Amino acid sequence: MTAITHHIPDDILAAYAAGSLPHHYAVAVASHVSLCTQCRASLEAHQTMGGALLETTEAVAVSGNMKADLLAQLDAPAKPEPVYSRRGIYPGPVVAALKGQGPAWKSLGMGVRQSILSQDKHGSVRLLYIPGGQAVPDHGHNGLEMTLVLQGSFSDETGRFGVGDIEIANEDLEHTPIADPGDPCICLAATDAPLRFNALVPRLLQPLFRI
Amino acid sequence: MSHNKSEISEQTVLMIAVRDNQDREAFGALFDHFAPRLKGFIMRTGCSAPQAEEIVQDVMLTVWRKASMFDPHRAQVSAWIYQIARNRHIDIVRKESRPVPEELAEDPGAEPDASQILAVEQEAGKLKAALSSLRPEQRDMIEKAYLGELTHQEISDQTGLPLGTIKSRIRLGLERLRHELKGLRE
Ligand SMILES: [Zn+2]
Ligand SMILES: [Zn+2]
Repeated sequence: MTAITHHIPDDILAAYAAGSLPHHYAVAVASHVSLCTQCRASLEAHQTMGGALLETTEAVAVSGNMKADLLAQLDAPAKPEPVYSRRGIYPGPVVAALKGQGPAWKSLGMGVRQSILSQDKHGSVRLLYIPGGQAVPDHGHNGLEMTLVLQGSFSDETGRFGVGDIEIANEDLEHTPIADPGDPCICLAATDAPLRFNALVPRLLQPLFRI
Repeated sequence: MSHNKSEISEQTVLMIAVRDNQDREAFGALFDHFAPRLKGFIMRTGCSAPQAEEIVQDVMLTVWRKASMFDPHRAQVSAWIYQIARNRHIDIVRKESRPVPEELAEDPGAEPDASQILAVEQEAGKLKAALSSLRPEQRDMIEKAYLGELTHQEISDQTGLPLGTIKSRIRLGLERLRHELKGLRE
């Protein structure tokens, strides 16, 4: 694996540690951290900061029976939580978002496919499959867009992105990512508003594809 | 255990006893230390006292059940509990399951490295000292950020403010953590 060169900025990692990052971005951040020791170390430093704040915060006495109640619960059988581990190119948080299933690809034409992991009025997170040499459909963003490469690579006006690299683009960035020749590029894309694919699918049909 | 326990903080020793021996007395001592702090911390987000206690209960139960994941070479007990508290808070209040990174598990037979544990503790100690030297309104702002009360944009706008000292501390801590993590993976 080539070294990861595009990372998550500190402010976004702090927001993720604090839990203030919207769900769709949190999937992308947790996925990158699963692949990147550098960002994991940064995240753990932010957690250390959170811990230092917790240590030095003003304590508030808890109810008298709380400790006994808790100790009585220690032996109760815990409902096992599903643990989703990495599967092929997909890191654990993506497998979790897929609920352990494979991606449900839908064609967008020109060999491009997508699999929506989750979507609501606040945004979406999806997998995109772009054949080598093919452009990611011409799109604009209404806000922040995070794109994490899981297979292959793509290049745009700002550089080249290989496996594990994450591109963080805001609405000001007009870019045309093109999958590099070779293996199809598979990436995880999180946006805080539906991507507007302009050229590939007529606007009228977009609701049909849930773009 | 080969390291000298007296050099390592009491909480870390307690947490290792919970992890390795399911030591209830040690767990009770951790509860006495952390439960009131967690309650105060969570109430700062606007939760009522009963709601905060419900979350504290849930967090401490998770600490017990996930004790095997605690790794003192990488995290202070307080940092580990902080993250559990943020995750459980979000799961409970927003009723959605928060995406979390894959867990890194240490080799089961790995000998504890006291110098690395101490290095993490010393870094955290410096961080705490730096926090205590802040003016109240600065501390308040940072606390809000780490309680999830500032948006990403607000955090961006605030960075570079009084954070100079703290940032350099984090960086030092990072280098050590990064080194340790590389050792884990390779
Ligand atoms: Zn990274
Ligand atoms: Zn874009």
